[in-house]
Amino acid sequence: MDVLNDNTKSQVALLERTVDDYKSDTKPTWCPGCGDFGVLNAIYNALKAKGTDPKNIVAVSGIGCSSRLPFFVSSYGFHSVHGRAMPVSTGIRVANPDIQLVAFGGDGDGFAIGAGHFVHAARRNLNICYVIMDNNIYGLTKGQTSPTSDLGFVTKTTPKGSADAPLNPLMLALAMGATYVARGFSGKTKELAAMILQGMEHPGFAVIDVFSPCPTFNKVNTFKFYRDESIDLPEGYDKTDYIAALVAASKHDPYYLGVLYESRDKATFEDHVAATIPAERQTTAQVLDGLFKKFS
Amino acid sequence: MVAMAERPTITEEQTLEQRHSIVIRMGGESGEGVKSTGELFAQVAARAGFKVLTFQTYPAEIKGGHSVYQVRLSSEDLYTEGAALDILLAFNQEGYDKSYEELHDDGLLLYDDGAVTDFHYEQGGRRALALPMTKIAKGELKFELGKNVVAVGMLAALFGMDIEPINRLLTEKFLRKGEDVVAKNKQAFQLGFRYIEESFPERANYYLKAAAVEEDSIIISGNQLLSMGCIAGGCTHLFGYPITPASDIMEFLASELPKVGGAVVQAEDEIASMGMVLGASYAGKRAMTSTSGPGLSLMVEMLGLSGMAEIPAVIVDVQRTGPSTGMPTKQEQGDLNMAVYAGHGEFPRVVLAPTDVSDCFWRAIDAFNFAERYQLPVILLSDTTLSVRTQSVHKPDLSKIKLVQRVLYDPTASANATLGQSNSTPVAQHGNGTLPENDGEGDEVDIELAASRGFELYQRYAITDDGVSPMSIPGQAGGQYTSSGLEHNEFSRPRYDVINHTRMTDKRHRKLISAAQNAPEPFRAGDPAAEIGIIAWGSTTGVAYEALLEAQKQGVKLDLIAPRMLWPIPTQQLDDFINTKRVIIIPEVNYSGQYANLLNTHYRKDFVRLNVYGGAPLKSSQLLAKIMEYVKH
Repeated sequence: MDVLNDNTKSQVALLERTVDDYKSDTKPTWCPGCGDFGVLNAIYNALKAKGTDPKNIVAVSGIGCSSRLPFFVSSYGFHSVHGRAMPVSTGIRVANPDIQLVAFGGDGDGFAIGAGHFVHAARRNLNICYVIMDNNIYGLTKGQTSPTSDLGFVTKTTPKGSADAPLNPLMLALAMGATYVARGFSGKTKELAAMILQGMEHPGFAVIDVFSPCPTFNKVNTFKFYRDESIDLPEGYDKTDYIAALVAASKHDPYYLGVLYESRDKATFEDHVAATIPAERQTTAQVLDGLFKKFS
Repeated sequence: MVAMAERPTITEEQTLEQRHSIVIRMGGESGEGVKSTGELFAQVAARAGFKVLTFQTYPAEIKGGHSVYQVRLSSEDLYTEGAALDILLAFNQEGYDKSYEELHDDGLLLYDDGAVTDFHYEQGGRRALALPMTKIAKGELKFELGKNVVAVGMLAALFGMDIEPINRLLTEKFLRKGEDVVAKNKQAFQLGFRYIEESFPERANYYLKAAAVEEDSIIISGNQLLSMGCIAGGCTHLFGYPITPASDIMEFLASELPKVGGAVVQAEDEIASMGMVLGASYAGKRAMTSTSGPGLSLMVEMLGLSGMAEIPAVIVDVQRTGPSTGMPTKQEQGDLNMAVYAGHGEFPRVVLAPTDVSDCFWRAIDAFNFAERYQLPVILLSDTTLSVRTQSVHKPDLSKIKLVQRVLYDPTASANATLGQSNSTPVAQHGNGTLPENDGEGDEVDIELAASRGFELYQRYAITDDGVSPMSIPGQAGGQYTSSGLEHNEFSRPRYDVINHTRMTDKRHRKLISAAQNAPEPFRAGDPAAEIGIIAWGSTTGVAYEALLEAQKQGVKLDLIAPRMLWPIPTQQLDDFINTKRVIIIPEVNYSGQYANLLNTHYRKDFVRLNVYGGAPLKSSQLLAKIMEYVKH
């Protein structure tokens, strides 16, 4: 899927940097027709629009097809272990709050093995943008049910259909305190690029769940399926209305695409951490001297 | 100021006074002040000039259950908490029931008047004395919570302690709570002190000579000094999850690290703790976590990532009795195998163990230095006994601290100039114009794009002599790379071919050769010519040293070594020792002899093992008995 490009380029302000500046020389490892190509293009365009120097960006991920994405970006990257993109991101942001951090991963990485961390990153309002490429299946392990697969979904590990009800990523994000919650579709990369740009600019935990079909292993949730089953949020939708966002997130027939919720009312985790640091720093020697007096 | 009665003089016949030290145990219901009495008494005794070493056992539950606080006093240096009790202070019946068998034949039982009713103790040389601790607190003092301070006053009088330094301590300790509180506590102390002076004329039997008060003396626990070692080691960030007996470290640093611009974050679990450590370290900070065995079990996947992606990380494991939840407040040296071996695949790591409270400070600094210098995980193995052991020690000499910095990527400098004290010599560091060919055994490279950038590529994992590659930090221009747990080439691109994996595995493991050579000096004692040797590690070192001193008194020659680096094996320290002794005894607080097994894989020696694994520390008498089995008569 080689979408947008020229079309999107005209949408964003002309900046010094080009899309190529954000491309690494490692070629994507994905199957032909993978939804993640569209997401990657949207990311390149969003990064170009934001214009941050690649040296000041860290792309963090877990493990999975979509988690390979940091290798394809010319910024710093951290391809960690399965499900742990959020803890690694937290550590990086606490260590250096000036870093532009974008996290990537799939539905299995974020909502099965990494669900516990997702919950806590959201409630902390960690100031990062987290893009989940949601294909309702495990791709890298060649086709098993995922936490967003439908009940009854037939895969190699669920030959009689999945016994698990699907998890709703957006409702989870909203319930746990994420302050920017959006849903994109890799078939609509222009809108997706805009969402990612907003997510990066949002001061707080920005979650973008992206329908990103796996043409190799998921023959149900295809590009056609999502084109038919999803619509944009209605005109006049108020993205600051939390209850409206919960209602919109709960819909699945059809699914809503767009920014469901945005709030700037909450301080970020980084703000809270910074507030614990006294204005007057001490040297290590000063701290130790003070302590030795206490124990003498 | 209450006038104190004149001190009785010490006579030659007095038995206890002859002893090297006195062991006092307080026992009672957990949460009823056993611990606070013990802690205050330890501080009081240290102020009065005594060498102090404490031991405690407490139930894993917050309230209820039996709690013990033991204080050993001496005018000389102490190495263990001691064995037989000279004095037992029972706060309740259970405090008596659980410990009276451990009293010396001439021991003294003290008990809160009325709280212990059922005892058949006063026989032979033993004495029992009811102390009206609660009665005085409720009555004359009108402050029931002052009972513990009354008790401390009684004990201080018993040992003939100087009251002036103690008064200063009470002022310092309670001043932030107000003058009234200071006055009340001083009154409590004096009421206790006077009671013993007036009603226990035999007290001189228990007088112990204090050493001269040393200016640089501090009274501090293993966990506290270990935390300070982390600060001294340049740590700025701790990410952790509460767990007994390691939480003290996280709590301690939570109020200290922000002062140097750092932070302590309580994560959602231990996996997250380690993930955050690696994130912060990748971003250039000296970062750590503190945990115990169950937490380290969870961190293992991240241990492998740290080794593979070559990200410095310090993990403090305060060992407790396992397996599983085990006995959270009891002693064991059971995590050595996990520290050395845990994780799938093979990657380098360093395992260090402090030998005593003072050593906790220096080994914590080492932990950061090794992690940063070699870009790998370092596990610092403390244990329950050491963590809560409060001891009077010399203040560490801060001028002796040497911090080793991470080898950082410097695109402007020539390869050697960037390396400082490291002998990491990259074969190719930057812009050498080479890229691996697209052979289908890894991610494909877009040659056109790479060529358009002149192949100006940073080699994050440059092959070097000592395996250490200069590391870039996000924010640094030209240093971009993607850190990963996937096997990778010098450029940090995923590669799966045989040659690359072999080279990279070699490179990573080469770090251990250099690390072992730079191991901290071991603890050494005894006679190098002795044919019986003891190899100890961790807190068992003090027990071994005490056994050695006792053996020497009995005319037995012994040699003792306690390596402070357990992995890699510092063979330059151990080769001679192991190859020249007739008998080598390795005492450990675990079932299988984990250190003996580890050394055996390298030395193929038939070590004599001494293993205790009930949850209590090894006793020097147990080791001495084992030593005597091997003495030739």
